[in-house]
Amino acid sequence: MNMMNRTSDLAAGENATAYARRQKIYPKLAHGTFRRIKWAVMAVTLGIYYVLPWLRWDRGPNLPDQAFLLDFANQRLFFGPIEIWAQELYYITGILILSALGLFLVTAVAGRMWCGYACPQTVWTDLMIVVERFWQGDRNARLRLDYGPWTFEKIWKKTGTHITWLLIAVATGGAFVFYFRDAPTLAHELVNGDAPMVAYAFLGIFTGTTYLLGGIAREQVCIYMCPWPRIQSAMYDVDSLLISYRDYRGEPRGPHKKGQSWEGRGDCIDCTACVAVCPMGIDIRDGSQMECIQCALCIDACDEIMQRVGRPQGLIAYDTFRNLDAPVHEARVPVRWFRPRTLLYTALILIVGGVMLTAWMNRAVLEVNVLHDRNPVFVQLSDGSLRNGYTVKILNKQHAARSFRIAISGLEGAGMTIVGMSGPEPTIDVVTDDLRALKVLVTVSAAKRGTLAGQATPFRFAVIDARDGSVIYHDATFRGPGDE
Amino acid sequence: MTGKEIDSVTGVETTGHVWDGDLKELNKPLPRWWLYVLYATIVWAIGYWIVYPAWPTLNDTYTKGVFDYSQRAEVGKEIAAAKEAQAKYFAEIAATPIGDIEKNQELLPFVMAGGAAVFGDKCGPCHGKGGGGAVGYPNLNDDDWLWGGTPEAIQHTIEVGIRSGHGEARDMAMPRFGLDGMLKRDEITDAAQFVLSLSGHGTDTAAAGRGAKIFTDNCAACHGDAGKGNQELGAPNLTDGIWLYGGKLADVEKTIETGRGGVMPYWSGRLDPVTLKMLAAYVHSLGGGK
Ligand code: SF4
Ligand code: SF4
Repeated sequence: MNMMNRTSDLAAGENATAYARRQKIYPKLAHGTFRRIKWAVMAVTLGIYYVLPWLRWDRGPNLPDQAFLLDFANQRLFFGPIEIWAQELYYITGILILSALGLFLVTAVAGRMWCGYACPQTVWTDLMIVVERFWQGDRNARLRLDYGPWTFEKIWKKTGTHITWLLIAVATGGAFVFYFRDAPTLAHELVNGDAPMVAYAFLGIFTGTTYLLGGIAREQVCIYMCPWPRIQSAMYDVDSLLISYRDYRGEPRGPHKKGQSWEGRGDCIDCTACVAVCPMGIDIRDGSQMECIQCALCIDACDEIMQRVGRPQGLIAYDTFRNLDAPVHEARVPVRWFRPRTLLYTALILIVGGVMLTAWMNRAVLEVNVLHDRNPVFVQLSDGSLRNGYTVKILNKQHAARSFRIAISGLEGAGMTIVGMSGPEPTIDVVTDDLRALKVLVTVSAAKRGTLAGQATPFRFAVIDARDGSVIYHDATFRGPGDE
Repeated sequence: MTGKEIDSVTGVETTGHVWDGDLKELNKPLPRWWLYVLYATIVWAIGYWIVYPAWPTLNDTYTKGVFDYSQRAEVGKEIAAAKEAQAKYFAEIAATPIGDIEKNQELLPFVMAGGAAVFGDKCGPCHGKGGGGAVGYPNLNDDDWLWGGTPEAIQHTIEVGIRSGHGEARDMAMPRFGLDGMLKRDEITDAAQFVLSLSGHGTDTAAAGRGAKIFTDNCAACHGDAGKGNQELGAPNLTDGIWLYGGKLADVEKTIETGRGGVMPYWSGRLDPVTLKMLAAYVHSLGGGK
């Protein structure tokens, strides 16, 4: 029975219907450059995921000291020195836009790099396969085990595999909830059974999904659940570097005996090593396929074979459609890096990144907002003076209580009162990390009405830090009836 | 359907369907677990119907489900919880004299938010969303008050209303000097000119001079000798530049001729005491309060 080729399997199936049994895939361990890169990526990404919530960052008293924390209760996102407030969610939007553009750019340049190397589904599946290999051996041993009878050996090997998978799954779900609450505290609570219900729920969900998607479903997720494979073909073009079988070099394929001439035949010896390592269970020699996650393991597998039979490597390699279809193929493909598509994505990334950086640099620890009252926009008082109402909001993002005074600049003869406060320039205390909204009334006396510039007179509110005297100005307008 | 057909290029079986004479679709089956997931969702949906309220029934009700779950009850619980969370504020408002609420910086934001919401609902239709008023509806942002602008006076006005039919309503209306034949046409004009001159808006000094006597005889009783008004009676101050029914000569003439007397509903008994207090404090904070 040919386990490697779903195509021939289906054709052989007597009762092929609209629904078929899943073809289980037994990926063989590959050796080579790309496998080494993937090990490294796996170590780094999983390392970050599991370790990040445990890193500390001293922010001073009354603040979480977790380096990365999504603090829902206080609507803050802490990331090292960076702190994002709920009303600054546009930074997150910006990061998402950058990520999307980055994905577009990478796909345009080199296909599904994300899928093949960094996607959590790929990384965890890879990890689960490591576990499987540890307990049950590599491809052939696993095949034998699965098709053999249920023996004691089979039972403990399978049990060991599933227990290890579940342990990894629990660790994954555990790590997830630590991102949302102080990790050491929560770990303690989780063990003692007094963590919040939602923590247990998410731990359960992530345990279940990790086990199910990474351990059991694997490539089925990529093929049937993930939308990206269907979108990607719009993202790359004839100049994108995709993992390709160079059929101009490989065909006609066929077995090759040592010492035989290579004249008149291709380099592919039809050993199916490339198929055996493929975690998606496809044959890359059939051409570019939706299922291919571009993990490059088939490159490693084939390069090893080519070395053994003494042919140049790169029968399967990153190559472009343009080169594959060319009448003359060069060993070294001159890749057209600069194309409208890549330039556009790069430009967009630079623009969005620049905008975000500028916004971040100008981010103040004090925010002042002024809202002019509508209905009425101005009021005439009984002594003929004019008054405008404003709501002044002071947002103190510093981790210390601060005091301010509010003053008016650029409006001759204007008086100011703050509802609920006495005196012309009272001290306004704003506690740590808080917003204070004040109702401010600005009055221009009847005698000074003549100095107003018609219906709208611009002036500025000055919010003065009582301690260091630093001032933030905010533009405002004083409205009146205009010429009388 | 004929027998199975294998596509010669791919070696894959076709579905047997033919389009455009020669187009055939390859049979690329979905995994069976996918089908089972579909079945599972159907089973889940049926379970859902049984467990939760789902189906309307003929006699105008619906199946109640076995868990006795009701979204309405859930919302009710949430509202109760929210009310409970606010209870401490309500208690504090009830205990604080209205004049002191503005000074309580902890309470003020809650009172402002609560007051603004009720104001928009109950008062906004006449006074405008921000209390800006309109002809016949006082502007609550200025410092001119017919019945007093202290927090206490405002609260009382809100409670009993004006010419509202409430037992203690603020009552008193401007007489209909013209319609009831108390003043003649030219006397009305003279009086109006005099009234306008009180705030420096008169145009005809001769008429105003004649009007002074008419004012003393007919208007001073309520508006005072100097026209400064009387908040006991709700009589407007005529010396400021603020006019409820317009400050043009024709407006003032019409006021004298036909009298005035707007109506404001009373809210005691319709809003609870704490809400009334929040509302009064909010109106006072609009700026004109004394
Ligand atoms: S065909 Fe090659 S690159 Fe594509 S998924 Fe399989 S092994 Fe990975
Ligand atoms: S590994 Fe290389 S030589 Fe072997 S079947 Fe695949 S393409 Fe041919």
